[in-house]
Amino acid sequence: METPDKQSKSGGMAVETDRSFQWDPIEAPDEDIREAVWELGRAGEWIVQPVPEPYALESTKFGRLKKIPLEKTWHHKSCGQCGHIPGYSTSIFWLNRLLGYDYFDPRDQTSCTAWNYYASATSNQAAQASVAMRNFAAAYETGYFPLIHCGTSYGHYKEVRHELVHDANLRREVREIMHKLGRPFVMPEEIVHYSEWMYAVRDQLASRVVRDMSDITVTVHPACHYYKLQRADALYNADIYNGQRTAVVTGVAQALGANVADYSTWYDCCGFGFRHILVQRDFTRSFATMRKIEVMKEEANPDVVLTHDTGCVTSLDKSQFIGKAHGRNVGVPVMSESQFAALAVGAHPYRVAQLHWHSTDTKQLLIKMGIDPEAAWAEFEEDLAKIKDGTIKSLSWEAVM
Amino acid sequence: MFSVKYQEVPLEDKERLFEEVKADPRYEDYLYGCYECGICVAACPSARFYDFSPRKIAQTLAREDVETFYEQLNDDVWNCSQCFSCTRCPRQNNPGGLITVMREVAVKNGLRTTKEALAGYTRIIYKIMTTGTQVSPDMLQEDAFPDWGPQVKAVSENLDLWRLALPPETLHTTGTSWEVEERTMQELYAIWKMTGSLDIISSLDEGLSDIMEEIMDEELEASGLSF
Ligand code: SF4
Ligand code: SF4
Repeated sequence: METPDKQSKSGGMAVETDRSFQWDPIEAPDEDIREAVWELGRAGEWIVQPVPEPYALESTKFGRLKKIPLEKTWHHKSCGQCGHIPGYSTSIFWLNRLLGYDYFDPRDQTSCTAWNYYASATSNQAAQASVAMRNFAAAYETGYFPLIHCGTSYGHYKEVRHELVHDANLRREVREIMHKLGRPFVMPEEIVHYSEWMYAVRDQLASRVVRDMSDITVTVHPACHYYKLQRADALYNADIYNGQRTAVVTGVAQALGANVADYSTWYDCCGFGFRHILVQRDFTRSFATMRKIEVMKEEANPDVVLTHDTGCVTSLDKSQFIGKAHGRNVGVPVMSESQFAALAVGAHPYRVAQLHWHSTDTKQLLIKMGIDPEAAWAEFEEDLAKIKDGTIKSLSWEAVM
Repeated sequence: MFSVKYQEVPLEDKERLFEEVKADPRYEDYLYGCYECGICVAACPSARFYDFSPRKIAQTLAREDVETFYEQLNDDVWNCSQCFSCTRCPRQNNPGGLITVMREVAVKNGLRTTKEALAGYTRIIYKIMTTGTQVSPDMLQEDAFPDWGPQVKAVSENLDLWRLALPPETLHTTGTSWEVEERTMQELYAIWKMTGSLDIISSLDEGLSDIMEEIMDEELEASGLSF
């Protein structure tokens, strides 16, 4: 990789081709866009940031292999995760530390702002692509490779990549904007979601399991924006659901020794709806409880629902309160597989998994995993007291590893 | 059947808006025709709750039925959940994507129905555009989320303390989801300005757009970013 300095000078700016890749409906679902990304890199249109070694190779929907970086990851955090279910991201970082991996948690990162784009349409293609490319440039300048925490950011960034590859005008416009910002114009070789990283390290996690998971039944809700939006490079595995559904989350839960139970509305969305979760929650609540949670309860009776996107955890977790008030058949904890995996390999339920930010009651699940929730909460309260009286400034990594 | 709603709106206006949708570079990627198979409807969450159908959207656009298009632009597009379950379409259509394009046109043209649909949402647009993050911890107030139960109250009461009880230092924030560098925010403002995102908002809510413009101008002046 060339130095950022040298790159930002050329920044892919000098060469301007009108090269366009035509989108062919016959090839549509199966197009390997990564080839085009490299081709544009060779033509000098942008810098391609290669996946750093060591990486895992995992199969995608149509059988091509995707490089998943294990180390040197730049964590593209998620506004929802970090804003109101922060144990999600904390668990991802904690697992990196447990495995001894070098990672970077940046401050030079915005949200993907796709919520704005999808919910209110008060943004446009060029703005969205510029936000994405600015974040990619920031990652590149640190020498770390983007790992996208949010399902929507991941899907949307792939959408942006698709648009930039197929539209020379848009490429030119965004390149000029990056130039004005003094940033290099960089496209990562792969766009990688954190759950793909989790999946790639599942065997390493499996060898560290310290809780008895054999009695735990999970249901999986895969995030729409992970595998429906720009679907070609989501991960699949012939041994998981016969390769007919994405393998992430399920593969991790199985590797940890939990039982994954099926249910009939697996493909359905959680009901998040972007604007609906904020201003039309009757829709979100109805969909989350009646189409997802109640069906899972009826057909699989899980101990926990696992998913891998902020919006899904939010919809499925927060919608249950009112469902319960109406006497509906709800009442299952909801969390990300990163939190679940962290618990399985010994993380503290409150210091690390931060389960107190969730609405659904996780105590029964913890007891079933052999964790005493009351004792754990008392320990956490001691931490809080120390922060309050100034003994410590905040909870540190040293204290929780 | 052609729509008979919105007869008071001149046909030329409807045609102009339809042309605007068709001129979007994404349009050709998102629409190839329609088999009328209804697979998208079977997968669509909004179709279960509203009188709404991604199939009808695809068909209307494919048939270039301008009257029905205008009705959908006003009465349908805000029901979509943007889940993209409809990309299951065997014809390779992306009805959710078509709706994204239609929404943008509706916002840019300041349609009355759009202003109504987004009336409750402008506070959130402000948050997104001035901080970059959509859900900040300090938004979790019980008056805004009474239906999420008593846990929201617990979060808001303990917010500062609980944020400090997070091991990653970047998360010791309450006004944004993580700590964001000043330069990063300024670059975001520069992007909004250069790409015309602020102009889009002015057709939706001029007051809101003015406030944001002022905040961003001040910041950009301090940043030395010139364009
Ligand atoms: S994106 Fe919209 S139209 Fe498509 S399935 Fe989802 S809610 Fe329905
Ligand atoms: S799935 Fe596609 S082809 Fe079938 S009705 Fe929907 S848009 Fe038309």
